[in-house]
Amino acid sequence: MNRRTLLATAAFAIGLAGAASAQDSTKVGFVFVGPIGDGGWTYEHNQGRLAVEEHFGDAVETVYQESVPEGADAERVLTQMALSGADLIFTTSFGYMDPTLNVAAKFPNVKFEHATGYKRADNVGTYSARFYEGRAVQGHIAGKLTESNIIGYIASYPIPEVIRGINAAYIHAKKVNPDVQFKVIWAYTWFDPAKEADAATALIEQGADVILQHTDSTAPQAAAEKAGNVYTFGQASDMGEYAPMPRVSSIIDNWAPYYIDRVQAVIDSTWESDDTWDGIGAGMVKIGEITDAVPADVKAEALALKEAIANGDYHPFTGPLNKQDGTVWLAEGETADDGTLLGMDFYVEGLTGEIPQ
Amino acid sequence: MDLSAINPVVLTASLMVAATPILLAALGELVVEKSGVLNLGVEGMMITGAICGFATAVETGSPTLGFLAAMAGGAALSMVFGVLTQFLMSNQVATGLALTLFGLGLSALLGQGYVGVKPPATDRLDLGPLADIPVLGRILFSHDLVVYVSLALVAGIWAVLRFTRAGLILRAVGENHDAAHALGYKVVRIRLMAIAFGGAMAGLGGAYLSLVRVPQWTEGMTAGAGWIALAIVVFASWRAGRVLLGAYLFGGVVVLQLNLQAAGVAVPVELLSASPYLVTILVLVVMSADRGRAALNAPACLGRVFHASS
Repeated sequence: MNRRTLLATAAFAIGLAGAASAQDSTKVGFVFVGPIGDGGWTYEHNQGRLAVEEHFGDAVETVYQESVPEGADAERVLTQMALSGADLIFTTSFGYMDPTLNVAAKFPNVKFEHATGYKRADNVGTYSARFYEGRAVQGHIAGKLTESNIIGYIASYPIPEVIRGINAAYIHAKKVNPDVQFKVIWAYTWFDPAKEADAATALIEQGADVILQHTDSTAPQAAAEKAGNVYTFGQASDMGEYAPMPRVSSIIDNWAPYYIDRVQAVIDSTWESDDTWDGIGAGMVKIGEITDAVPADVKAEALALKEAIANGDYHPFTGPLNKQDGTVWLAEGETADDGTLLGMDFYVEGLTGEIPQ
Repeated sequence: MDLSAINPVVLTASLMVAATPILLAALGELVVEKSGVLNLGVEGMMITGAICGFATAVETGSPTLGFLAAMAGGAALSMVFGVLTQFLMSNQVATGLALTLFGLGLSALLGQGYVGVKPPATDRLDLGPLADIPVLGRILFSHDLVVYVSLALVAGIWAVLRFTRAGLILRAVGENHDAAHALGYKVVRIRLMAIAFGGAMAGLGGAYLSLVRVPQWTEGMTAGAGWIALAIVVFASWRAGRVLLGAYLFGGVVVLQLNLQAAGVAVPVELLSASPYLVTILVLVVMSADRGRAALNAPACLGRVFHASS
């Protein structure tokens, strides 16, 4: 072999290796709103990311950025990720909606998946889980457990997803306990342990003996544990370290199957922008173990309710239901359509207080 | 609206807990400023204390050791500021701001492995029958040790500054460092001790946040408490008793706004959330309107660089 062929072979080998690695490795980015150790929302998204890594092995490389503020910073992070060669980027918080669309417009070849949003583009799909199905089960247990008939609710932002959760929980708590009353605190944050702890304490001091939360940290669980006889539910993640009391059950977001499915679609070049909204039935929402702090009959009812929702026999928003002002929303037997649910901006009848604008 | 749901006794008890971190940090800063040093790094020292205390409590299982480690951590960080400003004559404002940024970054680094970990519980002090006294028992005798320490420190610092020789020397250094130096007092050494004390107090306040009030570790969890502590020192016109008042006022507004929301008071949430800061600004404006007195009370050498040759 003379020198020229040697060089040519080497060049060919390098070229081949380069092409192979570029083709083999799909880069998937994740943008998180909190730290991956929050024990809640972001933790579960990160579990999904880890499942993708495990499933695809060397074929997929994942990158992530935690604690990204919603707003201009998100746009910077997304641009950086797209520039660094990501093929698919999951943006995992409602507030990333507009930043995702803005960056997606600049990078038509990069695919984006935005969680819990409603705006789509050719290269931006959306996905969410029907958390309200889990909230219905929570509401049922909460209504049965409360002795003071006051249930505290730590809400994050007044967006449809959160309002849906409050309504679903209230409807099912009210069904089993007509005297039940909800006290709602809007924390205006997804993740601020000090504020969440203070909010939980304020609710407990005002007589709440069940606390539901739509914020991501375990601080309310810690506050409830300190207060003693207060029940809580894990949010987004199992929060099992607080079981069996105060955490008596939980809603677990299970993103792994969806993430693996979408990454596979990108690898196969079959990815298309769409909207996915799955619930208990599809396995995207799971109900964490109901502990022994819940009486056996209540546990059985809750599991039956979960089963009925999972196989489609029962819809958590089934009429007759009125809006807060008393006007009819759903007639007897009528179920809510997804459009109304996605844009929900009203309380159902019986809830007190106003949704902040 | 149902204001009867708000129990003033319970509210008072929880405002004491909410105010303790800023009270501790503000007391430390009061002593530092009385010695003529302006340390704007309170926030950085607080959060460093928060993670030092948290990590130590988790590793050893003892909250008490955690609080001690937090004080050590805060004091150690404040020594960076001390060396820079006292020996290297750097600008105190710039160095203090840098200390805050440094502390936030350092704590995030130290805290990497501690996110989502549960710390050992800090017990309430068992005061036996005292806790059963109606009203007073709940407000005064149902807290953990740190709350009582913070109250004792208010009295202690007031007494030391007012009645003791050590307090007089500290004030002399803060009022006129050249005169104090001429009298033979070690200005730099005294100031370094004051800075270390301020750091330890800020660290303790931070640890109270991460070990008792939340209890959890997260990046940036002090969320501006250090700045509030700084404002409270000015609000208090450098008096220990008024620091207590200012801290409890601030803690009270924070707790009250959450309680008002839970009680369903129809006040815009954004306004309620901003109210603690609005009240702080308002009080500062009122205080500084009375220019003469506020200015009279400020240590005369506050923020001025001292060198023995000058």
